[in-house]
Amino acid sequence: MKALRLAWLKLIREWRAGEHSVLLLALVVAVTSLTTVGFFTSRIDRGMAQRANELLAADLRLQFTRPLSVRYLQEGQGLGLKTAETQSFNSVIVSDTLSSISTVRAVSEGYPLRGKLKINDALNGVAYETTSLPKLGEIWVDPRVLSRLNGQVGTVLQVGKRQLVVSKVLTYRPDQGTQFVELAPTVLMRLEDVNSTGLVGIGSRVQYRQLFAGERNTVDYFQASIKGRLPPGIRMEQLGDASPQLNSSIERAGRFLNLSALTSILLASVAVAMAARRYVARHLNTVALLKSMGASQRLVLAICGLELLMLGLLAGIIGTTVGYVTQGGIAIVARDLLKEALPTPGGYPVLLGIAMPLIILIGASLPPLLQLKQTPPGRVLRQNIAPPPLRYLSVYLLALLAMLMLLVLTLKDVRLVLYVSLGVASTAAILCGVGWLLVRSLGAFRNVVGISWRFGIANIARRGSESIIQLVAFGIGLMILLMLSVVRNDLLNDWRMSLPEKAPNQFLVNISPEQAPTVQQFFVDRGVEKPNLVPMLRARIASVNGKSIQGRVAKGDRGRGFLERETNLTWAQQIPEGNKIIAGQWWQLGDGGGARVSVESSIAEDLELKVGDVISYEVAGTQVDATIASIREVRWDSFRPNFFMVFSPGILESFLGTYITSVYLNPKQREVMGEFYRQFPEVSAIDIDSVLAQVRSVMDNATQAIEYVFIFTLLAGITVLLAAIQATREQRRYESAMLRTLGASRRKVLQGIAAEFMVLGLLAGVLGAGGASLIGYYLATEIFNLKYAFNVDVWWMGLLSGVVLVGVAGMAVTRKVVNVPPMTSLRESRL
Amino acid sequence: MLTILQDVSLQIEQGESVAIMGASGAGKSTLLALLAGLDVPTSGRIFIKNIDLTALDEDGRAAVRAQYVGFVFQSFHLVPSLTALENVMLPLELAGKTDVRQTARQALERVGLSLRSQHYPNQLSGGEQQRVAIARAFVNQPAVLFADEPTGNLDAATGERVIDLLFEMNMATGTTLVLVTHDAKLAQRCQRIIKLDMGQVVSA
Repeated sequence: MKALRLAWLKLIREWRAGEHSVLLLALVVAVTSLTTVGFFTSRIDRGMAQRANELLAADLRLQFTRPLSVRYLQEGQGLGLKTAETQSFNSVIVSDTLSSISTVRAVSEGYPLRGKLKINDALNGVAYETTSLPKLGEIWVDPRVLSRLNGQVGTVLQVGKRQLVVSKVLTYRPDQGTQFVELAPTVLMRLEDVNSTGLVGIGSRVQYRQLFAGERNTVDYFQASIKGRLPPGIRMEQLGDASPQLNSSIERAGRFLNLSALTSILLASVAVAMAARRYVARHLNTVALLKSMGASQRLVLAICGLELLMLGLLAGIIGTTVGYVTQGGIAIVARDLLKEALPTPGGYPVLLGIAMPLIILIGASLPPLLQLKQTPPGRVLRQNIAPPPLRYLSVYLLALLAMLMLLVLTLKDVRLVLYVSLGVASTAAILCGVGWLLVRSLGAFRNVVGISWRFGIANIARRGSESIIQLVAFGIGLMILLMLSVVRNDLLNDWRMSLPEKAPNQFLVNISPEQAPTVQQFFVDRGVEKPNLVPMLRARIASVNGKSIQGRVAKGDRGRGFLERETNLTWAQQIPEGNKIIAGQWWQLGDGGGARVSVESSIAEDLELKVGDVISYEVAGTQVDATIASIREVRWDSFRPNFFMVFSPGILESFLGTYITSVYLNPKQREVMGEFYRQFPEVSAIDIDSVLAQVRSVMDNATQAIEYVFIFTLLAGITVLLAAIQATREQRRYESAMLRTLGASRRKVLQGIAAEFMVLGLLAGVLGAGGASLIGYYLATEIFNLKYAFNVDVWWMGLLSGVVLVGVAGMAVTRKVVNVPPMTSLRESRL
Repeated sequence: MLTILQDVSLQIEQGESVAIMGASGAGKSTLLALLAGLDVPTSGRIFIKNIDLTALDEDGRAAVRAQYVGFVFQSFHLVPSLTALENVMLPLELAGKTDVRQTARQALERVGLSLRSQHYPNQLSGGEQQRVAIARAFVNQPAVLFADEPTGNLDAATGERVIDLLFEMNMATGTTLVLVTHDAKLAQRCQRIIKLDMGQVVSA
């Protein structure tokens, strides 16, 4: 209690004397940037999740092959969730003379709960978004159906026993699917009209779905509450089940945001560590005095520790509040750019904002505090008596470990945390090493430069370990600034480039071998690049290593689907573009390795498959065995035909399969598809333009969000620079007074300081640029799966910004030291 | 190993005033640090109020200091971030006393600085700072007051006034006074002078 009271008094008094401004500023900036990132990320995350949920047209979807109990709907509504129902089934749609197989989707009021339908008033009109639904007795029809039926808006179509009028052309449903599951084109009608068609009854194959949407917490609660009691066979779908392409884009966007949060946190720690060091240096005399007055070691430790904790708490509260306000500001500014109102942020960042500064503070200041505790009281008589050197490696390691754990828990990305932390740590180590070398070797330059430079260089050499610490701080600060400006742009550009302007927007599935040449010719004749046909075969997995898959349990949904259904297989000589081998090897022509297969990594994980396992497929009554030769990572957002299973050539060719291909059609060329539907009615064409647009919009939104968020990381970086300069300010003030007392002009003193900072900045620039390039390379290749090109800009920008930034910032902060009358400085320095 | 003090044996009575003199490096400050329990000798024993300082650990010695000892230093050692009044309050707060502010105010009044109580050390002259330090040293009514070159950083006139004050307070409170000094005039005012040379007592 006594310690708490004394700590409180000490805090108040020192606060009034302006003693804590630097530490508090460092902490507040750190927490502010952290929570701004946290709040904003939380909103963006939720926003992006919501956007992704459009693919389900809901946040949560129940699916069953028999009518679902209304109980779930009622429960959801009871919790305040929005709900809707759909039924879908395949049926032949008939016009006067023609007919077409279509998927009929009957929907209730409220559908879609997420996303919007897009419709056209005429077959070749301009599509627009709508929130309405077909009126009773009306039907909205996919353009492919209309083309095949030679119909148009106003045509009356026969659906089962019922006649419905085409009132709009349906160009996009949020839940239209992006895989090749729903091959037949869709018609949309009202659920109320379904009975009168007579198509839904006992024995008919209907998919019943119930849709739910609302506040994330409520949805999560609802999901958890019904999960255990759903009858078998009911499939529950949530974000993440919808589209691998979009998922991988969102995942990558999330990583970018995490990267920004992570750099903020690391910067915060550096700034706080520097300020805590300064705190200790400033408190040596006070602690010795307190001890001479009879304070015990424990009391000293408690007073200083509690004071810092209170400061941390204060910083946490201020920073979190400011962070909340700032993110609100950004969200308003970015609202137009983000194209939609963001949901409210979660409360998690508040917890983070309060806890993080305390943990950083403990980690950064506990070792120096323990050292402070041991200050010999004899220091009151002799200033040169110092506490024993820091020997608290284990404390530092523990603090570091706690930090890393917290980061991993927060960001849920072990690899990212490890890579960035290791990068920062190794850069710091390199900086320390090189800094030491420089400081040692600087002496050689003393006699070849003018007085100011000599003085500056002498200062760096004399300050020794202080200089090295400053160098490390500058280097890390610059490295992160460079990463934020240059490397980030490179990464974002690489990301955007990975989805080229002319990414294929039409998938053509189910092309028979005989049709293949005609299909290719069809496009060549119309000025489209000759499509590359990929063979495809549907089959179901039968056994693994000779053991039947009966009763085998998969870890994930994807793997489960794989065991239950037929999936698409292909074969290839070369590894498909955008695929990356992560285990095993790709096959070579004529390497005599026999029948082999390459498995996509998520499936391999779900089914626990490894290189060397033998999988057997049942293809058209014949068993096909193949040894797993490699595990592949697939870039699903590359929009090329991708396969979970790729066989080596010479195994599947003899079976009757089909071909799949993708083509890019520019807006003008899109008209040819009407003709294509009529000429090749058996070929399924899937228009993925809307999915492409969705992925692009996720990328654009994420890029903007990341740019906003990085501004705050940037601010944190600048604070580190300032903290590093502040750390030696008192010393400089004293030295400046000494020099001026000895007759140096203010100009000379300033020149000396400038020279010192510029030399420090230059060196920090070199190492910052090196670190940024290295980390950028690792991030690109290991974390984001992007190609990374080394950028010369990093280097000249690093050197220039090092000299200018550190020079200018150093001068700005220390400029005043020459304005204080020498006597005042000398007198204060003795206190 | 360097021997700083050797064969030093002395006793200081309650209420006595003693000056320790000697050239630079004679071991004056070391002796003071040992007497006050700020440091421990490699061999030998030191008692304050019959408590064996050499048998205590650092915290034990701190407790003894808290109860019996006050300090005045050559370089004042005021906490720069505290006002004059707060500096004087510090030992009382550490001892967990009540009515801290009032007691400290009275102590400042006694050294003639009641008008300067809200000033920070860097707003005070050297003499004023040392007077604050004296107020701080006496506020706890210590049994022993150790002063390390109390006038070392002051001009002659100011030093004189500070010394007057020190002895006045010493008389008024019956405190034992042990001071280290170069100043023969100051030493003369003490009841006893202990001269050190090369770490040994040459006259006492």
